Amino acid sequence: MRVLETGNHLVALAANAAAVEVVPAYPITPQTQIIEMVAELIVEGKMDAEYIPVESEHSACAALVSASLTGARAFSATSAHGLAYMHEMLHFAAGIRVPAVMVNVNRALGPGWNIWCDHQDSISQRDTGWLQVYVSSHQEVVDTVIQAYRITEDHSVLLPLMLNLDAFVLSHTYMDADVPDREEVSRYLPGYRPLWKLDPRKPVTHGSVVYPVDFSETRESMQLGQDNARSVVSRAAEEFRDVFGRWHGAMVDGYLMEDAEFLIVAMGSIAAESKVAVDGLRARGKSVGLLRVRFFRPFPIEELRELCAGREGLLVIDRDYSYGMEGALYTEVKAALYGHQVVPARSLIVGLGGRDVTHELIADYACKAWDGQLGEITWGDSHITRAHEITREVLCEFEELLDT
Amino acid sequence: MRQMVSFKDLPEEELFLAGSTACQGCPSSLALRIAFKALGSNTILIVVASCTSVLQGSYPLSAIDLPLMNVAFATGGASASGVVAGIKAMAKKGELDEEPTVLVWAGDGGTYDIGIQSLSGAAERGTDFIYVCYNNEMYSNTGTQRSGATPLGAWTTTTPGGKAQHRKDIAQIMIAHRIPYVATVSLAHPLDFYQKMLKAKSIKGTKYVEILAPCPPGWKFPSSQMIEVSRMAVQSGMWLLYEHEDGETRFTGATKRMIEGKVRKKPVKDYLEIQGRFRQILASPEGQKAEDMLEEEVSESIRRLQGWVPEYI
Repeated sequence: MRVLETGNHLVALAANAAAVEVVPAYPITPQTQIIEMVAELIVEGKMDAEYIPVESEHSACAALVSASLTGARAFSATSAHGLAYMHEMLHFAAGIRVPAVMVNVNRALGPGWNIWCDHQDSISQRDTGWLQVYVSSHQEVVDTVIQAYRITEDHSVLLPLMLNLDAFVLSHTYMDADVPDREEVSRYLPGYRPLWKLDPRKPVTHGSVVYPVDFSETRESMQLGQDNARSVVSRAAEEFRDVFGRWHGAMVDGYLMEDAEFLIVAMGSIAAESKVAVDGLRARGKSVGLLRVRFFRPFPIEELRELCAGREGLLVIDRDYSYGMEGALYTEVKAALYGHQVVPARSLIVGLGGRDVTHELIADYACKAWDGQLGEITWGDSHITRAHEITREVLCEFEELLDT
Repeated sequence: MRQMVSFKDLPEEELFLAGSTACQGCPSSLALRIAFKALGSNTILIVVASCTSVLQGSYPLSAIDLPLMNVAFATGGASASGVVAGIKAMAKKGELDEEPTVLVWAGDGGTYDIGIQSLSGAAERGTDFIYVCYNNEMYSNTGTQRSGATPLGAWTTTTPGGKAQHRKDIAQIMIAHRIPYVATVSLAHPLDFYQKMLKAKSIKGTKYVEILAPCPPGWKFPSSQMIEVSRMAVQSGMWLLYEHEDGETRFTGATKRMIEGKVRKKPVKDYLEIQGRFRQILASPEGQKAEDMLEEEVSESIRRLQGWVPEYI
């Protein structure tokens, strides 16, 4: 069914189409529309799921894990501080191997308080064992929620998945999209068949004490699940195309990549904006393409090695920062290429806390990077505002206080 | 009136198996054994991080013959809400013949302190489960640190001079959630415990049961004395047995007989003296004051349970 909806509402409709059975959730801007719509759909009898109005995100993730362990298809959504508050339980979900899916609406972490988009929240959860996918369009939101369960519930994966969509740019803007109904989806996504669960007929202890002699292998098996996910992601995308005729890429997506001499590497809605930048640069005769990293975990190592081969340069755009180092995507791209491909790369940090990132800015920095005019890391939209000046003045006054 | 039961009425089936790694005289393992006899095998157990995470045995062995999920410290209530919702979903699909009882087993740290938010949330949502707090009045699993349940004057590794504050009354906090059933139990009165668990199982909604769990190494008494210490806690009024149902609180068993004057209440001092954790405070110049304050705490708790409203409210 074609609908005109916000990205958030499309998440809720897609979760319903994917026949989720338990939804524990706690409200946080900009995720709230998702869980409001889930609650409404259930009350209206359009969605057959148990909604658990938990009292915190830590509890939301705890209930997500335990509901999934009973054998139910579990779903949740959060953002920023909510995701950070879940941190312990994110490790728990991956460690106890439940195939839950959670949408994270990417938002900056305070202080200062900022409800707008960047990727610091999900990037900070990089090492929890969750699969991470970043989407760049409304239709991709819908289709990836549905694909997500095909991926996580595969018995060779059994790891939870975090679907990341950019706050406001995707979450609160309206676009038309096709939302398949449950019947259509069930042909692509059958019911969850748990390999193990909490079942009185077969009593099993989950998550008990594991001594050093046995522990490392439990973690190695999580990495095996991540490795297995690579081919499962591709298969899920291909079979989705066969059934629904839509394609958003698999581990990565690309735009005018084949003959490009220079590549922009980006995730999320900045990647969509980068397509416009690529069009503009092409019109000016510059052979630039876009490599969109769709899955950040598992990281598309092989794809990057293959697709970056022979390029004259890369501009990697990060909407996050690993303090004391550099943008996280930039680190990962370099690590994937190290010892395999020698491609000059530059890092661009933009769009933190929801600052607008235009195609003109992206195109400008792509040209500068290609021409060798950029240092290794550029905070691309850095500027001094009146507020910054006032802060400096106040700091000077504090310094004077210290001296007296 | 509830039916009288004798030990002969307890099911022979053991769901708490041999081979646990509990300390000698561990109150939690005995409590688990009795609780399982009341609830039966169609039970899903959620163990909040505590001694019970350890005493159940380590991977790949388990001394507990129930589907069991070990959960993070602060998540007892929320984990129950998730399991109960999951069970409903499975029942709708016809994948369950009879809905299992959901039991959360947590210590006082996981209940009074780090887990209170999650427990409160689940109770407010009316999650249909039994929450059992085995209260050893300290963080025994990590080597006896103070908790919100540690009584005034008690030594722990983080109250080396004796705790300066009163314990909180979490059972009363649970009653304030308007849940259908709250009960306190003692291992010195196992049939009372068994019957209260049977009743908890028969009631829909959130049920809270709290066991005083005297910990031999933590409280510093010989492991052979665990039942004696439990009994003395009740006889001195430091642990009051009651149940709260349909908006009314009733003293039960030994506490009821004490309140009715059929049995004489023993001085709190008798209880304090059979354990090592009060030795320092009793020997100090503050000893008498602490003893008086604990006696007053007992009197105040009894008055509160009888419906007394303090003037300062």
